[in-house]
Amino acid sequence: MSISALIVLIYVLVLASYLGFELISKVPPTLHTPLMSGSNAISGITIVGALMACNELGYTTLSKWLGMIALVLATINVVGGYAVTDRMLKMFKKK
Amino acid sequence: MNTGIQLAYLVASVLFILGIKYLGKTKDARKGNFVSAIGMLIAIVATLLTLNILTLVEIGISVLIGSAIGLYYAYKVPMTKIPEMVALFNGFGGLASFAVALSDYYLKSETNLASLDAVNLTSVIVSLLIGGVTFTGSMVAYLKLDGKVSGQPITFAGQHLLNLLLLLAFVAASVLVFLDPTQITYIVILIVISLLLGILTVIPIGGADMPVVISLLNSYSGMAACATGFILNNNVLIVAGSLVGASGIILTQIMCKAMNRSLVNVLLGGFGQTVATGGADGPAVVVKEIGVEETAMLFDSASSVIVVPGYGMAVAQAQHVIRELMEQCEKRNINFRFAIHPVAGRMPGHMNVLLAEANISYDKLIEMDDINEDFSNTDLVFVVGANDVVNPAARTNPDSPIFGMPILNADKARTVIVSKRSMGKGYAGVENELFGYPNCLMLFGDAKQTITKVVGELKEMA
Repeated sequence: MSISALIVLIYVLVLASYLGFELISKVPPTLHTPLMSGSNAISGITIVGALMACNELGYTTLSKWLGMIALVLATINVVGGYAVTDRMLKMFKKK
Repeated sequence: MNTGIQLAYLVASVLFILGIKYLGKTKDARKGNFVSAIGMLIAIVATLLTLNILTLVEIGISVLIGSAIGLYYAYKVPMTKIPEMVALFNGFGGLASFAVALSDYYLKSETNLASLDAVNLTSVIVSLLIGGVTFTGSMVAYLKLDGKVSGQPITFAGQHLLNLLLLLAFVAASVLVFLDPTQITYIVILIVISLLLGILTVIPIGGADMPVVISLLNSYSGMAACATGFILNNNVLIVAGSLVGASGIILTQIMCKAMNRSLVNVLLGGFGQTVATGGADGPAVVVKEIGVEETAMLFDSASSVIVVPGYGMAVAQAQHVIRELMEQCEKRNINFRFAIHPVAGRMPGHMNVLLAEANISYDKLIEMDDINEDFSNTDLVFVVGANDVVNPAARTNPDSPIFGMPILNADKARTVIVSKRSMGKGYAGVENELFGYPNCLMLFGDAKQTITKVVGELKEMA
């Protein structure tokens, strides 16, 4: 990877972290559990990496198997995480 | 990579950010989760479109298996077990990043050695470390929360030295990987050490410190995704990963502050072991018991009530009978509210979810700082399964291990009733001074059963 490409990635990292801190500080404590399970689902974005890893077939089967394991795990994380967060948020009602 | 997929990733990143922004308001929160899920869908579909069509069968099978397991857990898990589920999923996220890093490493080491440059190797090493620690650490946290492993801290002599040596060995093996990237042995050493470190860093941490550990592991899983983003040169992974990383760090800070302890202090673990003897030196607390009928009468004659829920409420599954209690009180025009301590329960916001499940309006749940002034003009405080968070020793006794921790000033109310299974100590292993106070009455027994009886009495009185 070239240094300029790396710098761009670091830019993204720094700005997104800053934005994350700003936005998450505003989440009320009532929602901290859904925030955690929801952000957990977001961390399942590794699924994109897993898909790419699965795609690189024909070179090594080990690489493919690892990709598939990653894909199953990341899917559990994404699907389960969003579903349980929605289930929780549905219960938060104001009367 | 083509422009289309990059644009799709940009849209996905914006949707993740918007999703978190909507979480800032309780009424918009569900929409936020939906927006974030749409972002994920876009990222996945865009990636699928660029893939080799031949692999779609394998991908389809993997996604189906993952979705089935995920949905099964998400709809089956009882709300009291949410901390366990979050810990488990967190571990899966860590393991996924770990597996992606390994997969990428194998591919490059066999096909295109030149592409394993310094940046790539660093990212792989960091991804293995964070992913591995997140995985085994979360699994240990899960086992502790689920009671499959004792919640007590597990400590042994030389524990910290061992962790330090393992970390040094990890650095040494990383240097060797740089010198010869094709040598699989070094990678295996890195894998073993990172998995071991995850176990060793979580076992000394006690059950009451789990909110901190879960938050921290949550942040690690985000950082692992970030590291994977650096391996694959992929912005959406970095954006999503840093959002999660930031979220975990903020929650960790809030939890540490609410326990008046530093992160280092929590991570070194063993809290509650050394101090247990210190607490036993004082005179035994003499408590006054109260029965179900008298409790009901006190509720009947009060004009303001504050309930302080704790982990014990979750264990006894008492949240639903507490709603019935609230309905009885509201019929009598009693001002009925809940005081929520930030570390009540086993994860941030745990009590709020349980009470929401019991159909209690979220504007009844008041945070510590907003309600602490009100205790002194409250008739009745009802403590259900909470202990350390109402121990006045945190304010008054400099020798107490919990001294300095912000607490709910339940003791300032006219009368305090504590619903408790038995006279056990709190997680910090200290006697609770409150129980011996003249205005404090103990209602012994299983919270769900005793409160059900109290509600029955109140119904008869009406």
